[in-house]
Amino acid sequence: MIDAAVIGVGQTKYDSKRRDVSVGGLVREAIDNAMKHANVDWDAIDAVILGKAPDMFEGIMMPELSLADAIGAVGKPVLRVHTAGSVGGSTSVIAATHVTSGNFDTVLTVTFEKQSESNATWALSPKYPYSPHINAGAGGYFAPYMREYIRRYNAPENIGWIVAAKDRQNALKNPYAHLQIPNIDEKMVADTPMLWEPLRYLESCPSSDGACALVISNEKLAKGRKAAWIKGMAVRSEGTLSAGRDEVNPQGGQDCASDIYKQAGILNPKDEIDCAEIYVPFSWYEPMWLENLHFCDLGEGWKLTENGTTALDGDLPINMSGGVLSSNPIGASGMIRFGEAALQVMHQANEYQVDGAKLAMGHAYGGASQFFAMWVVGNER
Amino acid sequence: MKDIYIIAYAQNPILADAKAANEVELIMPVVHEVFRQTGLSQKDIDFTCSGSCDYLQGAAFAFVEGLSAIQTNPPIKESHVEMDAAWALYECMLKISSGDTESALIYGFGRSSPGNLDSIISLQTDPYYLSPLWVDRISYAALQANTLLQHGTISHDEMYDAIVESMEFAKSNPNALVSNAPSKEEYVAEQKLSTPLNKFDVAPVSDGASAMIICTKDFAKNLNLDHVKINQVCHNIESSNIGTRDLSTSTSLLDLSTKLNLTNLSVDIAELHSQYSHEIVFLKKLLGLDNTSVNASGGPLSGNVMMAAGLDCIGKTYEYLKSKDVTNGLAHATSGPCLQQNMLLHMERVK
Repeated sequence: MIDAAVIGVGQTKYDSKRRDVSVGGLVREAIDNAMKHANVDWDAIDAVILGKAPDMFEGIMMPELSLADAIGAVGKPVLRVHTAGSVGGSTSVIAATHVTSGNFDTVLTVTFEKQSESNATWALSPKYPYSPHINAGAGGYFAPYMREYIRRYNAPENIGWIVAAKDRQNALKNPYAHLQIPNIDEKMVADTPMLWEPLRYLESCPSSDGACALVISNEKLAKGRKAAWIKGMAVRSEGTLSAGRDEVNPQGGQDCASDIYKQAGILNPKDEIDCAEIYVPFSWYEPMWLENLHFCDLGEGWKLTENGTTALDGDLPINMSGGVLSSNPIGASGMIRFGEAALQVMHQANEYQVDGAKLAMGHAYGGASQFFAMWVVGNER
Repeated sequence: MKDIYIIAYAQNPILADAKAANEVELIMPVVHEVFRQTGLSQKDIDFTCSGSCDYLQGAAFAFVEGLSAIQTNPPIKESHVEMDAAWALYECMLKISSGDTESALIYGFGRSSPGNLDSIISLQTDPYYLSPLWVDRISYAALQANTLLQHGTISHDEMYDAIVESMEFAKSNPNALVSNAPSKEEYVAEQKLSTPLNKFDVAPVSDGASAMIICTKDFAKNLNLDHVKINQVCHNIESSNIGTRDLSTSTSLLDLSTKLNLTNLSVDIAELHSQYSHEIVFLKKLLGLDNTSVNASGGPLSGNVMMAAGLDCIGKTYEYLKSKDVTNGLAHATSGPCLQQNMLLHMERVK
C-alpha cells in the first residue's frame, strides 16, 4: 500500500452559533486554514472528500452539490460520506484511501456541522413509518449503556465528573474549543442538574457550529517536512439489532482497534501510543472506550481515569484538545479527533502538546455505538 | 486503478410505490441474489459500501436501517455515501486499488414514493437564496432543455423519438416500471409540467434497490465466473451556481470524455443516467454515441430509483456485456441539477 500522511490540519472556531458565516463560509474557513497549514494551493488538490452527519441537521440535501464552489471542488472528483457520528473519522479514512489507492497525490477533505441552523434532536428523533417512535435523542439513547457499564464494574459516580472537568480544563488551552469554562472542576460538574441518569448537564457535549479540514498527501508533498504519517487505519460496522451484541463494549470497536494496531505493529497500545483523541460525547465514554480500545483490561478503564493516567500530564493523555465534550460540530467531531492526533505527532498542538509524542490515535464512533473509524499516526514514515 | 471486475449485479423490479416495504425488505432480495449468482456470502466480502439519501426516506440515519439487510455479525468493514450508489462503487474501487481488499459488495436503494420528490430535491439547492424559492428538479431540467432547443442541439421530435425508443427497449426489461410510449398526438397534447417537459419526458417516481459485487482479477478467476472489467472510471462536479454554467453543453462530461480518451475508445453499448428525454438526445450527441445502442434497458425513463439508478446504468451495461455478443460498454451516472456531477465508466467483456 502507498504511504499517506496528513500535511495540513485546519479548524474553525467552534461556537454554539457561528452567525458570522454561511455554511459555505464555515467550511471554507477550515479549508483555508488547512491549506495554509499544508502550504499548498488549489492546483495541488486532486480530489475533495466531504463528510457530514445527517443532511436533516441543516435541512440541506446532499450539500456537496450546493457547496461545490465553496469547497473548491469544481472540475474535480467529489465524494460525500455519511456514516452517522463516526463520519468525521470514516471521511478521513476514505480521503486517505484516495491517496493509498495510487490514483491521487494530494486530496482535501472537509467535514462540518452547523447545528445553529437546525434542531439536531428533532432530526435525531424521526417518526419512522411502521416502527415504534423512540424520541430519545443521543443522551437518552446512550445513558442505559453507561448505567450498564457502572453496574458491571461497580464504578464510582465521580468518574464521569472527573472526565467532564478534565476535558474542559484541557479546552481552556485550545482557542478553537467551544466551551471555555473558567475554574471548572469536579464539584461544578456534580452540581449541575441530572439530564439522563447517570449524566449531569456538564457531562454532556454541547451543540456546536464548526468545520475541520485535512490535506492528505503521498510522499510527493509529505516527504521531508513535518507530517503525520498514517501507520494504520480502519473502519468497522455492526447492525443496530444484532443478536448478542454488547453495546457497552462493541465487538466492532474492538476489531477496528486490533486492526489498526496490527497495521502499525503495535503490541501494547497503552505503552506504545503516546496520546489519543477519542470520541467522548458523554463523560462515561472515556473509561468505556479505554477498555474497548484495549488500553486496559475490562473493568480497569475507570481506574485509569481516576488515577490521572488520562490527564494531560498523565501516562496516556486522552482528549488533550478538550474533546467532543468541549466542541461538538457532529459531522466534524470525528475528523477533529483525527486531525488533533496528527497535530500531536507534528508537535504543533501548542499549549496542549504532549511532550515528544511520536504515535497518536484518532477515534470516532457513531450510530447506536455501531460505526467505528480509527487511525494511528506517527511522526516517522 | 488496479484491474477491477464486476462479477454480479441484481435489481429489484422497479415499483411505483413499495407501500409498507421498508429498506430491509427492498435490499435483502438483491443482496441475496448477488450472493446466489456468485456462491459467495458476506463473510467472503472484504468491504461493503452503500448509497442512499436520508431525505428520500424522510428520516435521518435511514441508511442505518439498510444495514439490517446484510450480515453484520461479526462486524464488517463498511461505509456509506449519501450519493448514488455509483459513487459507493467508486469508493470500493479505491479500496481494492489500495491493495488490502479483494472483493466488495455495493448496494443502493431509494424510495421516492412516500414524499414529494420535487420538493425534496429542491433542498439540494443553495439553502439561502434558492431553496426558499422551492426551485424544483423538473424546472431545472426544463431550463437546460430550453437552452438545448434554442441552440438547435436537440429538437422536439428527437425528444419524442427518444421516449418511443426507451419504451420500446423497456418492453424487454422485466424490471421496468413503465414501457408504454404515448402516440405523437398524446405527447403533443399532454400538459407541460415545465415547458418544454411533460410527464412523458420525465423519469417516473420509483422505489427499489440494486446490488453488485466487484473484485480483483484473481478473485474472479478463482470463482470461474463470467466477469466484466472496469477499464476506466472518472468523475467530477461543476459549479453550484447555475447562472455561471453553460447549459448548452456539459463541461463536466467533456472533461471526463477527454480523460477517458473516449473518441478513441470502442463503445458498443451505453447506459446513460438520463432522467429526461432531452438528456438522452443531448448526451448521445455530446459523447458521440450516435451509432451506439443507448439505454437498451429502457433507461431511467422506464424506471428511476433515486440513489440506485446510476449503479443500475453500470449494472445494466455489465449484464449486456455478459450476455450479448458485444465487447465494450460505457456507463454514466449523474447527480445534481442539470447534470452537475457526472461519472463515466468504460467497461470491457473479458473472454
